[in-house]
Amino acid sequence: MLAKRIIPCLDCDLGVPNGRVVKGIEFKQIRYAGNPSELASRYYLEGADEIVFLDITASHERRDTMVNVIEKTSRSVFVPLTVGGGISSMKDARSAFKAGADKITLNTAAIRRPELITEIASRYGNQAVVVAIDAKRRLGREEGRIVIDSPEGECWYECSIYGGREFTGIDAIAWASEAERLGAGEILLTSMNRDGTYDGFDIPLTGAVSSNLNIPVIASGGCANAQHMLEVFQETKASAALAASIFHFEEWTIEGCKRYLAERGIPVRL
Amino acid sequence: MIAIVDYEMGNLFSIYNALDHIGASPQIITQPSELQKADGIVVPGVGSFGMCMERLGPFERNLREALEKGVPILGICIGMQVLFERSEESPEAHGFGWLEGEVIRLPADVMIPQMGWNDISINSKVEILDGISEGDRFYFVHSYHCVPADNSLVVATTNHGVDIVAVISRDNLCATQFHPEKSGPKGLMILENFVRSTRC
Repeated sequence: MLAKRIIPCLDCDLGVPNGRVVKGIEFKQIRYAGNPSELASRYYLEGADEIVFLDITASHERRDTMVNVIEKTSRSVFVPLTVGGGISSMKDARSAFKAGADKITLNTAAIRRPELITEIASRYGNQAVVVAIDAKRRLGREEGRIVIDSPEGECWYECSIYGGREFTGIDAIAWASEAERLGAGEILLTSMNRDGTYDGFDIPLTGAVSSNLNIPVIASGGCANAQHMLEVFQETKASAALAASIFHFEEWTIEGCKRYLAERGIPVRL
Repeated sequence: MIAIVDYEMGNLFSIYNALDHIGASPQIITQPSELQKADGIVVPGVGSFGMCMERLGPFERNLREALEKGVPILGICIGMQVLFERSEESPEAHGFGWLEGEVIRLPADVMIPQMGWNDISINSKVEILDGISEGDRFYFVHSYHCVPADNSLVVATTNHGVDIVAVISRDNLCATQFHPEKSGPKGLMILENFVRSTRC
């Protein structure tokens, strides 16, 4: 039986040599957390099932820094590496794969040009393309939207692009299904309402998307502890839980989370 | 020297880095003749069965010679599947056919590709599994799986809807459906076992 995966996410500011890991709160304020490849090595040794690097500077001049980070990391980290943030063409994808990435994530570029998902998937395989969705809860019922129940009442979810700076009007739950149809191998689903809040994963959103799809969904945004991971695995079909701050600031270790989950019957790799 | 066969299908750094990390001397090989000086050969798995066979074609004769000379060979993922006769993925292509059997698609009612860490059951304790225990997890990414005619070469299986061949071993030939180079410390252990077999 497949294990539920625990994935530390490293949001990287590549504007300094070797880059630095940063963590925002609700997509805004920034705290610093360390050096990307050193943190990745630590998480690998603690039992991370996969490591996600997101370039939040996302400007092309800094792409070389990301290539260096991946190259350096892949020398000592032997679990899958996923790289995203600002990947907008086959050329960007190729340079990430060439540096040692196993998967890339597409967000803004996939919304602007959905065929890019298919193009990269047919060259590198579906498993190599993760579509990242930043979803913001919109209360109320709206024509043509997939409406679900949340504790605050009926709502739908809107996709945001450019790291939360721009809204698209696109229905996030519908977009996830479309991304699967276009060849995405996985969905990285971030709740913008929960990101950085420590309030736990967005269960209604994660539940709706994961039960709609056959591909794995990575739940992201809001994780403060192992109980939140347990909750998302028990109440939704998410295949993986992603967290950042709790690992960066050493509030929980990956191994500690996994032991907690294993004791409660969730299959994990120990 | 451990040769990694480069058939231009993509990222071989993972396997190179993993072998380097455990102290082996990996070398990425682009010319079939270079296989003659290899103490061990890794056939990595990238791409589709048909594409893989097309690119591997020029290496086939030298690989076969190495196999017959007793050089340890490790196939990974598609690199395991090509050891068989054919695959549903590319019906027009011929595999190496060193092993009797075929490669078929995973059942329709499970998540395809199987992607993630699955646990293995061990049928037979062979050298490639030294230090590996029942229930250890490895990283799988695949949509097709091998169905050998001779079950005795299956040394470990996993389950994803159906039982799936995870590791095969016969004489100097072994192969894994999972990616040992992406399977953390236990995966590195498999590679160490392979490298040790090249030093005997």
